[in-house]
Amino acid sequence: MKTTVGRISETPPPPGPFRPGFWRSPIRGPWLTSVFGLVLLVGIPVLFVTGALSYAAYNPDLGPLNDQTPDKGLLGFYLFDWPTHPYWLYRLTQGIHVTLGVVLVPVLLAKLWSVIPKLFEWLPVRSLAHGLERLSLLLLVGGAIFEFVTGIFNIQLFYIFPGSFYTLHFYGAWVFIAAFSVHVCLKLGRMTRALRSRNLLTELRTDVAHTRPEPPDPDGLVPAAPAAPTMSRRGAVGLVGAGSLALLVVTVGQSIGGRLRSTALLAPHNRNPGSGSNGFQINKTAASVSVTPALVGPAWRLEVHGRGPALVFTRGQLLAMPRHAAALPIACVEGWSTEDQHWNGLRLADLAALAGLSHAGSVLVESVQPPGPYSSAMLRGNQIHDPRALLALRVNGADLSLDHGYPARIIVPANPGVNNTKWVHRLTFRT
Amino acid sequence: MTRLARLARWYGANPLHLLVLICSFAVTAYAGVRLFATRPLEVAIWFVGAAILHDLILLPLYSLADLSARSVLRHRGDAVPAVPLINYLRVPAFLSGLLLLVWFPLAFQLSSPYPGATGLSYDIYLGRWLIITAVLFGAFALALALKLRRIHRAARANEEKSPPGNGGKP
Repeated sequence: MKTTVGRISETPPPPGPFRPGFWRSPIRGPWLTSVFGLVLLVGIPVLFVTGALSYAAYNPDLGPLNDQTPDKGLLGFYLFDWPTHPYWLYRLTQGIHVTLGVVLVPVLLAKLWSVIPKLFEWLPVRSLAHGLERLSLLLLVGGAIFEFVTGIFNIQLFYIFPGSFYTLHFYGAWVFIAAFSVHVCLKLGRMTRALRSRNLLTELRTDVAHTRPEPPDPDGLVPAAPAAPTMSRRGAVGLVGAGSLALLVVTVGQSIGGRLRSTALLAPHNRNPGSGSNGFQINKTAASVSVTPALVGPAWRLEVHGRGPALVFTRGQLLAMPRHAAALPIACVEGWSTEDQHWNGLRLADLAALAGLSHAGSVLVESVQPPGPYSSAMLRGNQIHDPRALLALRVNGADLSLDHGYPARIIVPANPGVNNTKWVHRLTFRT
Repeated sequence: MTRLARLARWYGANPLHLLVLICSFAVTAYAGVRLFATRPLEVAIWFVGAAILHDLILLPLYSLADLSARSVLRHRGDAVPAVPLINYLRVPAFLSGLLLLVWFPLAFQLSSPYPGATGLSYDIYLGRWLIITAVLFGAFALALALKLRRIHRAARANEEKSPPGNGGKP
């Protein structure tokens, strides 16, 4: 047994990337890897937390209408009643989630580039510990790229992934974060030592001509036969930073809105689909979800259910009731949002009182939209009773357009966009 | 040798290493069962494929492109060794490639639901990316031209100063 192990460990590496002389970049080394690692150590937890908050924002515990991952089990352990204060909360958390994800792409690429020799280390498995750790690294790298790719595709409506985005991105995040946590536990010490091994200011003053490889490291990141440098470590960090900055500039405007929206040169929601009162961003047009003008014509009625017989209103009757105003944004899970729009309509709290349930604990909101994802949604008591939560009839001084939910739509502070149901035709209040 | 030390030697690391990994794998399995509940094969291909696509295709391709560009520049007869020419190519190529890597579904009009759902056209994206690319490469070409002119001027001034026959090389 001993001799077999001995013989295997003496097996020379096959030619190519397994040989120590193959990887020659003189700037690869623990310090550079740790700089990128440190950025991800801060950035990834922010992505995970804002992602987890987004899940909570859908109020998944109100039932399957709000929950795309009903078999979550313990993974929903942290869920809480999503608040309506501050009203821009979801706009902020989801804007950060998506923009930060996009901005971290070059850092992730650089981190993976910096450790690529480890993929080809020889022997591939030296011990049980080593084998298990490498399996965990597959989950880490696969998980990271899987999460970034599904997220980036989803915000461009490029739905080629195998299944529901919510399911893949949510469970994928847990697989990824499990591997990420173990990686942090095992490498945190090495990262701090590597960061302390060189002075940041000195590195930032070192040009290409004075760039020397780091001293040999046990992980074999530093090349055995370094090539002459063509870029300093300062240059590499700067290049990655420039990449992040470029992505930030062409993306963030879609989450800030106003005059900055048009600066998001390459982002999906970088210009308004129209002008005037209803010219702001649309998540799904009426046509795209088969809502026709006929469905919301003169025959349209709003049904309000609660205690006692159902109440039925025409749009004219609703307009004649006491109306209230609220300035609230639309904020989408895709990270884009609008600046505050001036909505006008009936308070959900008033409608609950009309239905005889002034202390309603939830309301089922149903749309005329043919059944599909988010054609109906549940709202919680705190959302019903916020005075800014409306069944909106008008926006920015005009009637709602068909694409914005005419004849009536929900608008609730800090609510994810898809839960602000459009083309509402039935409200069912429950205790 | 204590039992713990024997275990550590057989395992290849500190027992704490094993505990942390088992804990992580348990969470992975809990989420993984749900991740793979529908269309397991395709999900697995996406998950492992993501790592393979990056490590064995994307990274080798851009490394090869970088190596080729460097070797072309090295074989240029009149290369000015004082200027690392490669970075004037690398930086705009990296930035432009990165923007395309993130936003290619819109640029190549691959997301068919986009125009219908948002009421926006995706015609603008490819043109914008091309313009950004042109601006980036143009800016770095200009920067290189200015730098080369400065170096040539300095070299000529040096030649004029130094006596004939000394070549003017530093």
